[in-house]
Amino acid sequence: MAATSSTYRPIGFDFSNEIRNNFLTGKGLPLPKATSTGTTIVGCLFKDGIVLGADTRATEGPIVADKNCEKIHYITESIRCCGAGTAADTEFTTALISSNMEMHALQTGRKPRVVTAMTMLKQMLFRYQGQIGAALVLGGVDATGPHLFTIHPHGSTDKLPYVTMGSGSLAAMAVFETGWKPGMEREEALTLVKLAISAGIFNDLGSGSNVDACIITASETEMLRNVEMPNVRVQKERDYKFRRGTTAWKKESVRSLVVEEREVRLGGEEMDTT
Amino acid sequence: MSQQPTQQAFNPYTENGGTILAIAGADFSVIAGDTRQSEGYSIQTRYAPKVFRLTDKATLAVNGFAADGNMFVKKVRQRLEWYRHAHAKDMPIRAIARLIQTMLYARRFFPYYVYNILGGIEEDGTGAVYSFDPVGSYEREACRAAGAAQSLVQPFLDNQIYFKNQTPAPGTSFPRHLPLTTVLPLVIDSFTSATERHIEVGDGLEIYVVLAKNSTSLQSLLNMRGVQELTATNDGERVFVIRKDLKRD
Repeated sequence: MAATSSTYRPIGFDFSNEIRNNFLTGKGLPLPKATSTGTTIVGCLFKDGIVLGADTRATEGPIVADKNCEKIHYITESIRCCGAGTAADTEFTTALISSNMEMHALQTGRKPRVVTAMTMLKQMLFRYQGQIGAALVLGGVDATGPHLFTIHPHGSTDKLPYVTMGSGSLAAMAVFETGWKPGMEREEALTLVKLAISAGIFNDLGSGSNVDACIITASETEMLRNVEMPNVRVQKERDYKFRRGTTAWKKESVRSLVVEEREVRLGGEEMDTT
Repeated sequence: MSQQPTQQAFNPYTENGGTILAIAGADFSVIAGDTRQSEGYSIQTRYAPKVFRLTDKATLAVNGFAADGNMFVKKVRQRLEWYRHAHAKDMPIRAIARLIQTMLYARRFFPYYVYNILGGIEEDGTGAVYSFDPVGSYEREACRAAGAAQSLVQPFLDNQIYFKNQTPAPGTSFPRHLPLTTVLPLVIDSFTSATERHIEVGDGLEIYVVLAKNSTSLQSLLNMRGVQELTATNDGERVFVIRKDLKRD
């Protein structure tokens, strides 16, 4: 039987929902707002590797959605990626590319390179024309040495010795521009990254709470979750325990949950089991 | 070339974040506000007061567009000074409330982009809170929150001050007015909690306390540390301010 119009599907993207959604927006029904990691993320090259840094605040407009989220995502053992922008997009793109990188490593039998991850990410983001709102800082060490990239939502990339992204990128970059120098020691670089993230946390309203960092060298990767916690909540002045029976109810029915069992013997003799 | 009409517009207003709150007691009134002033994702200053002493029996909290707020307080103070020169006494709070209504409505079609909360002591010695919308609609209440975190704080206050959604223990009833020793912790917890979950709230907290003549709350207030007195006259009412730090992230 010949394919009818109802069974024929053109290849490529389906934009039919786009028309419907624009119609709905025009009628005054806005699209649901996505959780954004309104964020400060940074990366910094030092003598024998890369230090990545991130704050831990996730926002929905002016409301703090998560006070301690993780923005440094796993790509491979020695490649990690910080994500800013739409939280779900950064989460899923990094997870997908992480999976593909593992497959690639198995296929080739080699440790995968940072440029490979960068290329996979930029090609995917470009294919989606900026609709995937992921702004990334990708860093890692491979056979060719340490590498640090930024990847913008439309797919463009930069390769630089120190990078920042997210709403706190200006505050963080100001710290890098004053403090960064080539060939820094491990501790020196970590201190600078902590300082850059702190600048974002305190001066950018989209960033806040704690500092996460990740040090990647040729020999090992050290994930430093909550290395700095400068924003611990003070103790509350009052206890807010409610008296038992505070909540009103309309009806009450009590059921016994203990099921009673009664055994009734049917028939005469026991079964012959000899 | 396309001949489509284009519209040009100048928007003179901005929103500067922050939150204010006031609670009336039987013989006192508490008016508080955070001190952060922001625009978008930037902090303009960590200390911009939003609560102002008007007289020894009235304080005014303003929130919204900071430039309008400052100008509005300036104009109210000017009118109160003229009243003092004409009548040789401070204007009663219910009269200040009506004055603010007429001042706001005078700008009905180019409003002060500001939410006002007036707190203080009535002529009969009771604690009072008056809350206004930007064009002058007002109401006397026992408690009110306004500003960026209004939607976070007001439900908390409704539950803790008005005991909404709570049933009293059998044979008892909820109090109509809470003591200062309960109100102050509630105010502090409101602001520390709003700071946790709203990005525009933080940096500092200023709590003004206005006491009626011979208020029973005086001793408990003086026992607190970091209390500063701002009283200017010998009328009997007394004004105090308590300053606290809030998180700066």
